Amino acid sequence: MSLRRFIVKRLLAIIPILFGVSIITFGLVHLTPGDPVQQILALNPRAGPTEKQQLREQFGLAAPIWEQYLNWMKGVFTGDFGEVYRSRRAVSEVIYSRLPETLLLGLFGWVFGLVIAIPTGIYAAVHKDQLGDTVSRFVALSGISIPNFWLGLMLILIGSLTLGWWPVTAPKRAPLLSFDMLWYLILPGLTIGTAAASSIMRVMRTSMAEEMNKEYVTAARAKGLPERTVVLKHVLRNSLISVVTLAATLTASIVAGSVIIEQVFAWPGLGQTFIQAIRNAEYNLIMAITLFTGVFIILANLVADILYAALDPRIRYD
Amino acid sequence: MTDKNVLSGRGRIEITGFNPERVEQRDSLSGWSEEAGRATQSRWSRAWQRFKRNRSALLGVVVVALLAFLAIFARPIEVFGLTVQPFSLAPHPPGELLYFNHPGEGFTGDYQPPSMKAPMGVDGDGRDIFSRLLYGGRYSLSIGFIVVGLTAGIGLLYGAVSGYYGGWVDEIMMRIVDVIYAFPGLILSLIIVSMLGRGYTQLIIAFSLFGWAGYGRLVRGEVLKVKENEYVMAAKALGARDRSVVLRHIAPNTMAPLLVVASLRIGTVVIGVAALGFLGLGMPPGSAEWGTMLDGARNSLIRLDTGPKWWATVFPGTAIFLFVMSMNMIGDGINDALDAQQTGVGKGGDE
Repeated sequence: MSLRRFIVKRLLAIIPILFGVSIITFGLVHLTPGDPVQQILALNPRAGPTEKQQLREQFGLAAPIWEQYLNWMKGVFTGDFGEVYRSRRAVSEVIYSRLPETLLLGLFGWVFGLVIAIPTGIYAAVHKDQLGDTVSRFVALSGISIPNFWLGLMLILIGSLTLGWWPVTAPKRAPLLSFDMLWYLILPGLTIGTAAASSIMRVMRTSMAEEMNKEYVTAARAKGLPERTVVLKHVLRNSLISVVTLAATLTASIVAGSVIIEQVFAWPGLGQTFIQAIRNAEYNLIMAITLFTGVFIILANLVADILYAALDPRIRYD
Repeated sequence: MTDKNVLSGRGRIEITGFNPERVEQRDSLSGWSEEAGRATQSRWSRAWQRFKRNRSALLGVVVVALLAFLAIFARPIEVFGLTVQPFSLAPHPPGELLYFNHPGEGFTGDYQPPSMKAPMGVDGDGRDIFSRLLYGGRYSLSIGFIVVGLTAGIGLLYGAVSGYYGGWVDEIMMRIVDVIYAFPGLILSLIIVSMLGRGYTQLIIAFSLFGWAGYGRLVRGEVLKVKENEYVMAAKALGARDRSVVLRHIAPNTMAPLLVVASLRIGTVVIGVAALGFLGLGMPPGSAEWGTMLDGARNSLIRLDTGPKWWATVFPGTAIFLFVMSMNMIGDGINDALDAQQTGVGKGGDE
């Protein structure tokens, strides 16, 4: 099977998964107790049953549940995710206005993770069981064990309150690509990147160390290649395959991480909007962001699969 | 060679070139050795031997045991009015307002740095952070272990059924896992808690409802490998029912990787619970759960009137970090111990 047919097949396999994702998203929000109408009218003591019914119809929450799902899906296919109950803005507009901040933060964390982890992983594997390896392993273990939101708080405590290099929260109303914002990005970016770097480093070290024991390494050494060439050309290429898969899986944890980190640093991205939506029971907004996340992660995994197949010619496409 | 010698050898089979000593000393022709025989006999005890020699894993066990001990004996435990556990290591109940219950000792209703009377300081509501920290361990530790126990159990059954039956049953069951995998677990938990409301049981549900998917996929993969073994076919041939084949012969043999993943997952769950607490969506506000404590202390960083109140954020976070780090050290230790078991006897601990 050619690579192209493999890709097409994988794309087709995604359709039922997307369908399931939409059902879970909708079901979670609608089938559990909790009601936006109740919340909105809680502050208004004069609101009676008639007002509630009116509001429910206006939000499209009065119809039977399956009809609500069909209506929602109809909207999703045309790019219409409904509107925010309180502000009456279109959900898609809210998402697009917040997306760049979150993407930039995630990208920063992701790149930081790779840039730190790959050289460290190589170093640790080459100098296995020596001091440098032990230290870097300890640091990586700490990195995956530290709660990211607490790391954020500690960075604020040190970087903002003690050193005074950064403001305590993200600058308000500054455009994304201004110096103030980009300078501030370092704090949340480091926080997100730490977990990513640590887990990539751990995988990198294990897979490198495993490859180093293989026979082709002995063969390469035996024919007199310098150790540098053996490691960087032969071993690294093979161990990067497992890192590619991990890097894609990490998008899920980076997405989840950004939801919390944005809260810590008041970074004006989608994660903050999501928490706000959850607090206000803004069903349409919660569903749209959850669906976005699901689709994004599915695509990331697809890219990983394709890269994996493309990088390793031994893998058969079936 | 003389005639006499030939006559004396008549009627006997003469073997030349045979040296019994060499036979005893040469390598065994099959791969079997007493060493390997012992390895299959007691897989778990050999893994245990290996684990016992792993210093960082043992350190993890000690720290986790210590934290559990402190949490249990922090305050007395009563069951239906009966005091089961009378000790109290924490000087104050977790919700006690020091300035109210101990007037005249210099306590106020605001942040106070660590002192002799309050070794980790006082939080913004005038409560003793040290006492709250000890008590709060109960939430994080118990939720972590309960959730992982539940999800690993469900995942084991799910994966065993899926892998054993194969075919379209497997296909459907694994597509369901794929769907769950499309969401970050924390986001699902967030939505569930926001819909069910805050609380202990709600948190357990939030992390268990979808948390089994990873175990399910893992166990299924193992089952596919184990299923090919002769003993499974033998059990079937003897007329064993599907249920007993799965439960007695297949599931126990998938335990090793399951245990590794489960031990590493406890830390993730504990961080997740703390993260929800930090977002105000975990335990009710004012609870001594570590993440919720951090949520309460967050405004101390933004308030710029007097210097930073580091003790309110440093100590609860360190508690989470310490516990998760120790759990991960145990998990790594279990992984090394069992992994060495599978890849062959006598390899180094962290191969």
